[in-house]
Amino acid sequence: MAFLNYILRRLAFVLPTLFGVSLICFVLTYMLPGNPALVKAGPFATSEYLQEMEKQMGLDRPVHEQYFRYMSGLLRGDLGESASTGRPVTQDFLQRLPATLELTFASLLIAVIIGIPLGVLSAVHRDTIIDHVGRVVGITGVAMPSFWTGLLAIYVFFFLLDVAPAPLGRLGSGIAPPETITGLYVIDSLLTGNWQALRSSLYQLMLPAATLGFSVMAPVARMVRSTMLEILESDYIKAAWAAGLPRRTVIYGDALRNALIPVVTILGIVFGFLMAGNAVIESVFAWPGIGNYAVTALMTKDSGPIQSFVLFVAVMYVVVNLLVDIVYGLVDPRIRLR
Amino acid sequence: MTNLLDVADLTVHFQSDAGAIEAVDHINFSIRRGEVVGLVGESGSGKSVTSFAILRLIRRPGEIKSGSVRFDGVDLATLSEEQMRRIRGAKIAMISQSPRTALNPVIPVGKQISRLFRLHEGLSARVAEKRMLDMLDLVRIPDPRRRAGQYAHQLSGGMCQRIMIAMALATSPRLLIADEPTTGLDVSIAARILDLLRELGAKTGAAIMLITHDLGVVAEICDRVVVMHAGQVVEAAPVRSIFHAPAHPYTRALVGSIPRVDRDVAMTPIPGSVPSLLNPPPGCRYVSRCDHATDQCRVARPPLESRGQDHDVACYYDIGRQTGGVAA
Amino acid sequence: MTIAAPATQTKPAGRSLVWRRIRRNPLSFGALCVIVLIILAAIFAPIVAPYDPDMPDAMAAFESVSWKHPMGTDMYGRDQLSRIIFAARVDLSVAFAATALAVAIGAIFGAMVGYAGGWIDNVAMRLVDAVMAFPAFVLAMGITAALGNSTTNVALAISITQVPAYLRLIRGEMLRVREMEYADAARTVGNPPWRIVFIHLLPNCLPPLIVQATLAMGFALLTMAALSFIGLGIKPPQAEWGVMTAEGAAQIVTGEWWLFLFPGLAIMITVLAFNLVGDGLRDFLDPRMRGIR
Repeated sequence: MAFLNYILRRLAFVLPTLFGVSLICFVLTYMLPGNPALVKAGPFATSEYLQEMEKQMGLDRPVHEQYFRYMSGLLRGDLGESASTGRPVTQDFLQRLPATLELTFASLLIAVIIGIPLGVLSAVHRDTIIDHVGRVVGITGVAMPSFWTGLLAIYVFFFLLDVAPAPLGRLGSGIAPPETITGLYVIDSLLTGNWQALRSSLYQLMLPAATLGFSVMAPVARMVRSTMLEILESDYIKAAWAAGLPRRTVIYGDALRNALIPVVTILGIVFGFLMAGNAVIESVFAWPGIGNYAVTALMTKDSGPIQSFVLFVAVMYVVVNLLVDIVYGLVDPRIRLR
Repeated sequence: MTNLLDVADLTVHFQSDAGAIEAVDHINFSIRRGEVVGLVGESGSGKSVTSFAILRLIRRPGEIKSGSVRFDGVDLATLSEEQMRRIRGAKIAMISQSPRTALNPVIPVGKQISRLFRLHEGLSARVAEKRMLDMLDLVRIPDPRRRAGQYAHQLSGGMCQRIMIAMALATSPRLLIADEPTTGLDVSIAARILDLLRELGAKTGAAIMLITHDLGVVAEICDRVVVMHAGQVVEAAPVRSIFHAPAHPYTRALVGSIPRVDRDVAMTPIPGSVPSLLNPPPGCRYVSRCDHATDQCRVARPPLESRGQDHDVACYYDIGRQTGGVAA
Repeated sequence: MTIAAPATQTKPAGRSLVWRRIRRNPLSFGALCVIVLIILAAIFAPIVAPYDPDMPDAMAAFESVSWKHPMGTDMYGRDQLSRIIFAARVDLSVAFAATALAVAIGAIFGAMVGYAGGWIDNVAMRLVDAVMAFPAFVLAMGITAALGNSTTNVALAISITQVPAYLRLIRGEMLRVREMEYADAARTVGNPPWRIVFIHLLPNCLPPLIVQATLAMGFALLTMAALSFIGLGIKPPQAEWGVMTAEGAAQIVTGEWWLFLFPGLAIMITVLAFNLVGDGLRDFLDPRMRGIR
């Protein structure tokens, strides 16, 4: 009951934020110079045709009416049409979303699997060579532009060493995608036992996921390190040592369990970084996701997909942070039972 | 039979940017089986450091510089880390200063006790759970089954301290180190916790090393007292002698500073404060606060010498001979 | 257990203490020197750069690293080192303009909102929440796409994404300082509100603002480079680090590694330097903030 209350309070906080997000996106899409009617009518349209177009799109109506139209469109899942593909943006999005999700989850996994132990190691071996190396890698990691890290990875692992595939999408050439269940190739090929597709999709995923994961690994490690340091000094950890609990239990059980709670809270922020990184990394690796789609649309001055991408990412970000809060409530008994 | 615990010549330093802090300096004391010994002194006198040193839990920047700790005839320094770990919690248990923060906030309290049974006695989950409930019952926690599933923040301070005692006594240790077990507790609850400690100590035959700055607590439950000042043992004696014939000026001051209802004497606070332990000068560390200090005290540290039956004092000045008992 | 730094350490007193702090943090001091060097190189680019950055030389296309061209040449035979030096002008000035604008807007509105309180504060904070609901880079993408590609628009877009952080920071500080005695003192002698806010209170909020702004310079550089990389910021043939990396990317599969490597390296070193200086400044100006972030 108390927990339900907690969720409701979080929801009440999120709704005004979502309203603000929709307002900002509306302004970006309709209120600013890049006149959507002009884009749709094309550069050679007569002024009458342009006016006709504006009228058709409702751009001559009062602002609040336009916003209402925009919102009701959004709620029906209508994101407008892409001038470059000529299809509804929503449809294009849904088709490309699994690729983006696959890359995002894989990067998050890499960041967490490497970042957490790295943070723990740095904290446990504080001020030793391990800690210093970890810190240098961390500071350098956040200073590297992710697209450049990607290019570096391609040059070294594909061009020089030839251990990675060409940066051209989700599957090697000539390999058919697995039967669609979730849309994530790795999962689908696992479920259908399509080992060839599994091998190829993992192989293709390797570099972009590592690049994106690396870009957010440092903040995760840093957070884990600082909370671990605090916790290792706490009374209950001293009590745990004094009670003769084995080192593994004390560090990876008692201490890490407490340290992970604040880490959960930054996963939402990490997710935001990853979604932002997608736009760049997907174009470096020709990964057919929504980020790449939005960036490609730019080439033809088609701003519909990019504004939809912005809106979509913001909404995802808010929702993920809401979920993170709820998970936080689940893992921390102090919140759950209050 | 040998003593349960022999601490000989133990020295612990903490390295800091400014130099070594001599937190514990060549201390000697013993604890016999089943005995309740009070380790007394102001804060900063090295009591807690001593207890962590006994458990070999001093970590950087701290370091045990010299001395030995013999427990049950075994020099603990010779044990491997794994052997030492089997002693901690099982043979020597510890109750820490702040019960609420000494319990892990995200593990139900019951589990924190039952896992000790599984760890140190290799019991199955079910048996460990049952022993845990018995233990909660023993420390008089009402409705143990419900409490066992709760977290530290849901329990009162007194309740947390009972849980800590249950944890410490779970595997029937031979020595229980209780570090200020009643700080932060309400007076009446503190008294009950002390009663419980004494009773359970007697029942299980565990010796208790009670760390405190409160002589009132000592008078209530201890058999013997070890007085520490600035990282050194200044006096060790049976509790009666400490109160009736304190020999060291510091002990006298401590005894004099207890507020008492039966005597119409204003309590006298101890002048000065614990001297800096950063590169302290040779000689007695009480010298700057002592009325009887002589040149000898400034030059050389007074050794801990026997002053009659079971009574050791580290002071050149012989109060007993000069004034004949405590100043009345 | 961390013991708070004693109050006596919070004020830099005298030159010896300044020196001791610098010596204790040689990395940050070195990074500061690097920044100064980069800025000097950018200002005196025409003198420092060995070649004209835009001068094509068909005979020297795709030349690798050599004494003549320490960072090689691109497909038009332009000297890459010279282009990187000239690009520093664009990158640094956009990042600086964006940060300065964000600081100014954030500080002014944050101070007003924090001083006013009440419903104004409430509305402003909801708006801040909404802007912060976007990952910064994604919002910058949306704004640049809507405004159109230009150096000014990139600066504006980056600036808008950063305003909320300063607004929040200054508002919080303002809520804290307006309760203090000197605020009361200023009010009792009849100062108008704007004077109290900007002359009496704002200067007390500066240290955390400077730290935040230095750290934000690195982020602004990264954002700008990434925007240009995906074709949303500065356009070729303008020499800019992100654009140059994007141009170099096409040459990876033919092995002309120097074309993508050096511009990216320039970004990394500059961002790293700003981050290190920011960390150092935080320790230096405001020891209370140590360990935060």
